Amino acid sequence: MVLVLALGDLHIPHRAPDLPAKFKSMLVPGKIQHIICTGNLSIKEVHDYLKTLCPDLHITRGEYDEDTRYPETKTLTIGQFKLGLCHGHQVVPWGDLDSLAMLQRQLDVDILVTGHTHQFTAYKHEGGVVINPGSATGAYSSITYDVNPSFVLMDIDGLRVVVYVYELIDGEVKVDKIDFKKTTATTHSAH
Amino acid sequence: MIAGGIEDEEKWLAAGIAGLQQNAFYMHRALDSNNLRDALKYSAQMLSELRTSKLSPHKYYELYMRAFDELRKLEMFFKEEARRGCSIIDLYELVQHAGNILPRLYLLCTVGSVYIKSKEAPAKDVLKDLVEMCRGIQHPVRGLFLRSYLSQVSRDKLPDIGSEYEGDADTVVDAVEFVLQNFTEMNKLWVRMQHQGPARDKEKREKERSELRDLVGKNLHVLSQIEGVDLDMYKDTVLPRVLEQVVNCKDEIAQFYLMDCIIQVFPDEYHLQTLEILLGACPQLQPSVDIKTVLSRLMERLSNYAASSTEVLPEFLQVEAFSKLNNAIGKVIEAQVDMPIFGAVTLYSSLLKFTLHVHPDRLDYADQVLGACVKKLSSRGKLDDSKATKQIVALLSAPLEKYNDIVTALKLSNYPRVMEYLDIETNKIMATVIIQSIMKNNTRISTADKVEALFELMKGLIKDLDGAEEEVDEDDFKEEQNSVARLIQMLYNDDLEEMFQIISTVKKHVMTGGPKRLPFTVPPLVFSSLKLVRRLQGSQEQEENPFGDEGSTSPKKIFQLLNQTIEALSIVPAPELALRLFLQCAEAANDCDLEPVAYEFFTQAYILYEEEVSDSKAQVTALHLVIGTLQRMHVFGVENRDTLTHKATGYSAKLLKKPDQCRAVYGCAHLFWVEDQDNLKDGERVLICLKRALRIANAAQQMSNAARGNTGSVSLFIEILNKYLYFFEKGNPQITVATIQGLIELITTEMQSDNSTPDPAADAFLASTLRYIQFQKQKGGAIGEKYEPIKA
Repeated sequence: MVLVLALGDLHIPHRAPDLPAKFKSMLVPGKIQHIICTGNLSIKEVHDYLKTLCPDLHITRGEYDEDTRYPETKTLTIGQFKLGLCHGHQVVPWGDLDSLAMLQRQLDVDILVTGHTHQFTAYKHEGGVVINPGSATGAYSSITYDVNPSFVLMDIDGLRVVVYVYELIDGEVKVDKIDFKKTTATTHSAH
Repeated sequence: MIAGGIEDEEKWLAAGIAGLQQNAFYMHRALDSNNLRDALKYSAQMLSELRTSKLSPHKYYELYMRAFDELRKLEMFFKEEARRGCSIIDLYELVQHAGNILPRLYLLCTVGSVYIKSKEAPAKDVLKDLVEMCRGIQHPVRGLFLRSYLSQVSRDKLPDIGSEYEGDADTVVDAVEFVLQNFTEMNKLWVRMQHQGPARDKEKREKERSELRDLVGKNLHVLSQIEGVDLDMYKDTVLPRVLEQVVNCKDEIAQFYLMDCIIQVFPDEYHLQTLEILLGACPQLQPSVDIKTVLSRLMERLSNYAASSTEVLPEFLQVEAFSKLNNAIGKVIEAQVDMPIFGAVTLYSSLLKFTLHVHPDRLDYADQVLGACVKKLSSRGKLDDSKATKQIVALLSAPLEKYNDIVTALKLSNYPRVMEYLDIETNKIMATVIIQSIMKNNTRISTADKVEALFELMKGLIKDLDGAEEEVDEDDFKEEQNSVARLIQMLYNDDLEEMFQIISTVKKHVMTGGPKRLPFTVPPLVFSSLKLVRRLQGSQEQEENPFGDEGSTSPKKIFQLLNQTIEALSIVPAPELALRLFLQCAEAANDCDLEPVAYEFFTQAYILYEEEVSDSKAQVTALHLVIGTLQRMHVFGVENRDTLTHKATGYSAKLLKKPDQCRAVYGCAHLFWVEDQDNLKDGERVLICLKRALRIANAAQQMSNAARGNTGSVSLFIEILNKYLYFFEKGNPQITVATIQGLIELITTEMQSDNSTPDPAADAFLASTLRYIQFQKQKGGAIGEKYEPIKA
């Protein structure tokens, strides 16, 4: 069992002063094995904070990131799953599932994690999953109105991944759960 | 004799102890055999050892303690003698035959103690006699120890209220009188020490004196323990008499120590009720006395007392503690012209803490203290004394800690004026402390007035101050500017009009920040404004105002403000950031149905793209954002849209790298086909884009072939294939099965060609694309039917 924290679009300090206190108290060091961050942190302080939660940190570049060295896309393998990471401003139309699916095919991944829209979504698509963890700070977005802060925790266990969505609604943290099972038939390029 | 004094002293002490022990031995023998005469003889000889002048107070104390123990035994003997019928009065006479005065007085005190116990004479008479007789010893160290002995043996025999030695009427007065007299004499002896011996030994002497101070202070402790000393007596007799001695002795060490002693040993409520008397003594003390520490401790005690229970608070009000302390501090500062500024600030800081504890509701008091501090500070320029600076930070932090709320501190008109006196660095630190307080307590700053006051406080962070050093650590600067950016998020009001005023105020200040600060402070201001635009949108949809009230806040007004703000940022220059913000505004204007405004923002973004964004990688990202935003715009009429789309495709084809060109161009296809806009489904122009992307991909291949001898990756073709599939699926009539089929064949051929480079990623991409086609076929229904003819 491996816990992967997926989050992004924090936009600190441009659009939000900090992560919600409730999230901060939930996110403690030592529980999470990997962090994947879609980008727009936007400053080093946030990077350093994430690093304290878990040293295995993967970040792609958002258009507001201070650090321009983050890659545009990134793939990594965790257990039986191949994950792809991309901020998403490069994929027009923004947030469009069919266009993101093309990126998923291009990166050849089981799970594609993107951001940019500040809207949490999770789709099962052609035997894979496309996830957007939303904005961890509930930052303003030109795309999504009334953004609630949210992040995603993925529990990867064998061929199964359980996606937990944590969303802060009116000061209360709501948790939702999506179950996804990978069938060997759809395993891409399983070498 | 003075050189090698320590070794010599050890010798003197050893000799003294030996002499003492020898005589004590004979004394014991005499005691055992009930030989009074011998007992007196040897005890007097034993006590003669205390006549030495050769020992330091520390060593003398050692000798004294041995004598003290022996005297206890003698006292027991006297007690038994008295019980056996020996007249205590005779005994009292008898011991006075001792040849030397010091042993005589020790013996007299010892018998005197038994005398009082016997109650053959009133305690007050014996005590009075003893304390008078002790005047016979004027050598400071010997006198202090003798009187300390007297104090020790008489402690439990004072004619206190409820004591068995209490006399007929008001004898507690006698008890107090006795202790006061002993205290006065001891203090005189102690002070006299300072003036004996050569001037060069001053330091050593002061050290010795400080070793002896508790002997003197003990008397005050005894006073505080006397039951009969009630508030009235304390107020009318004890305190005035003690203070009289303190003031008159004119000795720096004694004054500091004894003032502190008074504060520590007597109860809080006594202090509170006698504040005027106690404080009245302060300006009369020597100018060199560390009065700030004394007063600080007093205020600290009183603050704790106030904090102990709310029931005591009325007492504070009743005696007007604040105004008394305030006056006293003013007088002390006035009287002690040489007091360092650090001392004065410490006093104000203690007073502020006091008033915050005792009168949390009286902000005017706090402001008064700050005002007095400003007055004191105004006599000098900026502070350069680090200790004083530290105290000012403590002073300014106190209200923040007390109220957990900067809003309260903002009401203190003198608060910013105190900050003025901090050097620029400390001013910044203080500003950061303020921001942290706001963040920690989640304080909402909710009016433009408060924002104005707050920014005035923090101006060290907001703009370059005169005389600021150029050398600033870049990381520190970033951190502090980021904290300002965070702060801007905390400025909020539900009222739209007030929120607009807040934003205008922030803008006014932020604009003075100069090119280094704008990239940090403009984005939060922009997003804060865009949030307000969105709220206005929400409210306008509900209540449309047909008369278009000119005065009230409108998205248009905010967009004007935004335009100026972002323009300032583009001049910095920070073109990439400005371009992003212009696009954000364009989309917000789009949502408000303001076509000209949206067009203007787009134009601004385009100008920056053309003139300022020159880095090829930055161009790629900027163009993604332009295309992505433009794709979402629905406010534009055909003409405006055509202009902007035409430009965007033009930019795309002019990117430096062919693959980037190709991707941007196929991205532009989406500008002509928008799913939820029926008037925006121009299949032909989509196809033109895709074909153009194909041509660029071909060109890229040829270039690669020419330059490297291989055609490079076919990835671009697969990407374009996916785009074909996308629009095919969306129902673009221009995309036919044949074109898709042709493209698939092209790709497969290319991949099998000798010239191509093996690319596992491209293989996987093609495989997953073909699998997708299969997947769609299997879906059945309309989609399945559509995909059916494609052979993969």
